[in-house]
Amino acid sequence: MSEILTKSRARNIFYGGSLFFIVVFVAMTIHSHRYVVEKSTAGMPLTDAVKLGKEVWERHSCINCHTLHGEGAYFAPEVGNVMTRWGVLDDPEGAFEILDAWMKAQPSGTPGRRQMPHFEITEEEMRGLADFLRWADQTDTQNWPPNDAG
Amino acid sequence: MKYASQKVAYAYFVVAMGLFAIQVLGGLLAGWIYVAPNTLSELLPFNIIRMIHTNALIVWLLLGFFGAAYYLVPEESEREIYSVKLAYLQLIILVVGTLGAVASYLVGIHGGREFLEQPLWVKFGILVAAVIFLVNISLTVLAGRRTAITNVLLTGLWLLSLLWIFAFINPSNLSLDKMYWWFIVHLWVEGTWELVMASILAFLMLKLTGVDREVIEKWLYVIVATALFSGILGTGHHFYWIGLPEYWQWVGSIFSTFEVVPFFAMMSFAFIMVWKGRRNHPNKAALLWSLGAATVAFFGAGVWGFLHTLHGVNYYTHGTQVTAAHGHLAFYGAYVALNLAMFTYAMPVLLGRSPYNQVLNMCSFWLMTGGMAFMTFVLTFAGTIQTHMQRVVGDYYMDVQDTLEIFYLMRFGAGVAVVLGALLFLYSQLVPQREIVEPGDEAAAPERGQA
Repeated sequence: MSEILTKSRARNIFYGGSLFFIVVFVAMTIHSHRYVVEKSTAGMPLTDAVKLGKEVWERHSCINCHTLHGEGAYFAPEVGNVMTRWGVLDDPEGAFEILDAWMKAQPSGTPGRRQMPHFEITEEEMRGLADFLRWADQTDTQNWPPNDAG
Repeated sequence: MKYASQKVAYAYFVVAMGLFAIQVLGGLLAGWIYVAPNTLSELLPFNIIRMIHTNALIVWLLLGFFGAAYYLVPEESEREIYSVKLAYLQLIILVVGTLGAVASYLVGIHGGREFLEQPLWVKFGILVAAVIFLVNISLTVLAGRRTAITNVLLTGLWLLSLLWIFAFINPSNLSLDKMYWWFIVHLWVEGTWELVMASILAFLMLKLTGVDREVIEKWLYVIVATALFSGILGTGHHFYWIGLPEYWQWVGSIFSTFEVVPFFAMMSFAFIMVWKGRRNHPNKAALLWSLGAATVAFFGAGVWGFLHTLHGVNYYTHGTQVTAAHGHLAFYGAYVALNLAMFTYAMPVLLGRSPYNQVLNMCSFWLMTGGMAFMTFVLTFAGTIQTHMQRVVGDYYMDVQDTLEIFYLMRFGAGVAVVLGALLFLYSQLVPQREIVEPGDEAAAPERGQA
C-alpha cells in the first residue's frame, strides 16, 4: 500500500479530483440557475412588490424564528406554504388582510405561549410581504412540505 | 515557543474564548425561552438572541482557526510570520466588526439571511481582515519550508475566503438566494472548514504522538480528498426542496452518504496515530480533546448527518428538531472541540510553561461532551415525534410543539451542563496555577489513616 500510494500521489489525487468535482458542480449550478428562473419560480412574476416583500422579510430577520422552505430557525411555523394553509394563495387582497390582521395582533402576550414581536410595517410593505409569501408558496419545491401543516 | 511571532496566536485565542462564553450564554438563554416563552419577549426577542448565538459561534471558530494558523505556520515554515503588525491589525478589525455587529443587532439593525445578518460594513470588514490574513500567512509560507499541513491549511483558508464573496450576492429570486447562500454555509462547514480541521488535527497528531511526518501528511491528503470529493456534490442535500431540479435528490443522497467517510477517516487516523506513536506527551488534556473532537465529529457530522440526509427521509424530517440535533453535535465535535484542543495544546507553550490545570480541563471535556450528547439525544427524540405528528399525521406546528415541552426542559438541563463545562474550560485556560506543587518526600509522609 505504502509503495502504491505515496504522499505525492495522494496530493495529486486530492488536487486533481477536487478540481474535477468543482467543474462538475459549477456546471450543475449553471443549469440549476436557469431551471429556477425559467421553470420552478416562473409561476408568478417577480414584481417590485415581491422584491420589497423579500426586503421586509430580511430586515426583520424572520428567518431566525420561522422556517422558509424548511430552512431557518425551528422556533415558529413554516411560512413557505402559509398562504396555502390560510387558503389565500390566489387571492392577493385576502392574503394581505389576513397577514396584516395577524401581525398587528402580535405579540399576543398569552402566558406560556411563544411570542411573535410587534413590527412597524407600512401598508405598502405589508402588501409586499404578502406577495412575497405567495410568490414563495407557488415555487415548485418538489411537493415539499408533505402536507399543509408545513 | 520556537518563534517569537507565534505569540500573536495568544491574543486570537483569548478573544475567541471570550466570544465562546457569549455564544454559550446566548444559547442557554434561547434554550430557556423554549421552556418559558414569555422571557424577554418584547425587550430581546428570540430571533435576536439566536443571531447572537450563531454569529458569535462562527466568529470565534474563525478566530480560533486564524490563531491556529498563526501558531502553526511559523513552526511548519520554520520562520517568523511575515508581519506581526498586520496580524494584530486583522484582529482589531475583526473585534471592532464583531462588537459593531452585536451592538447593531441589539438595536434592531441586521440583515435577514440566516448567519449572514451582519451589516454591510461588517461584511466588508471581514473581507478586508481575510485579505490581510491571506497575504500575511501566504507570504510566510511561500518564503519558508512547504509542508502538506500548510498546503492543506492554506487551500482551505483561501477557498473559504473566496466563498465569502457570496455574502455580497443576494438575488431577489428566493430560490437563487438560497442556492448561493449554501455556497457559503455548506461549502464552509462541509468543505473548506474540513480542510482546516484536518490540517490542524494532523499538526496536533504530529506534535502529540511523534509519528513520522511522511505518514501523517500522506493520510492528510487522503482525508481531505475524501472530504472534497463527497462534500462538493454533497451540497445537493440542501437543494432538495428549495426550487431546484429533481436530480439533486439523487446526487445529494449519494454524495452526502460519502460525507461520512472523511469523518470516519479522521477518527481512525487520530486513534491509529496515538496507538502507533511512541511519544508520551505531557499534555494529556490536549490529547483527550483531539481524540474527542475526531470522535464526536464522526457521530455529530457523520452519523447524525447521514440520519436525515437521504432524500426519502429528509422529505419528512427537513426543518424539524432533527436538524437542530445534528447541527449542535456536528459543530461541537468538528469545530468547537477541535479549537479547544488547539487552545489546550498551545496556551501552555505560548505562556512558556508546562501544561497546567489538566484535570480541570479534562473535567470540562466530559461535562461539555456529556451535555452536548444528551442535548442531541433529546432533540432527536423531539424531532422524531415532531416529524411523525406534523409531517405524517398533519397536526399543526404549534399544537405539536406544545407536546414537546418535556424535551425542551431536558435540553435546557443539558445546556446548563454545557455552559458549566465551558466556564470551567475557560477558567482552566485563563487562570493558570500560580504555584507549582513539588512532589514531597514519600518516606516522611504519614501512613494512610494515621494522619
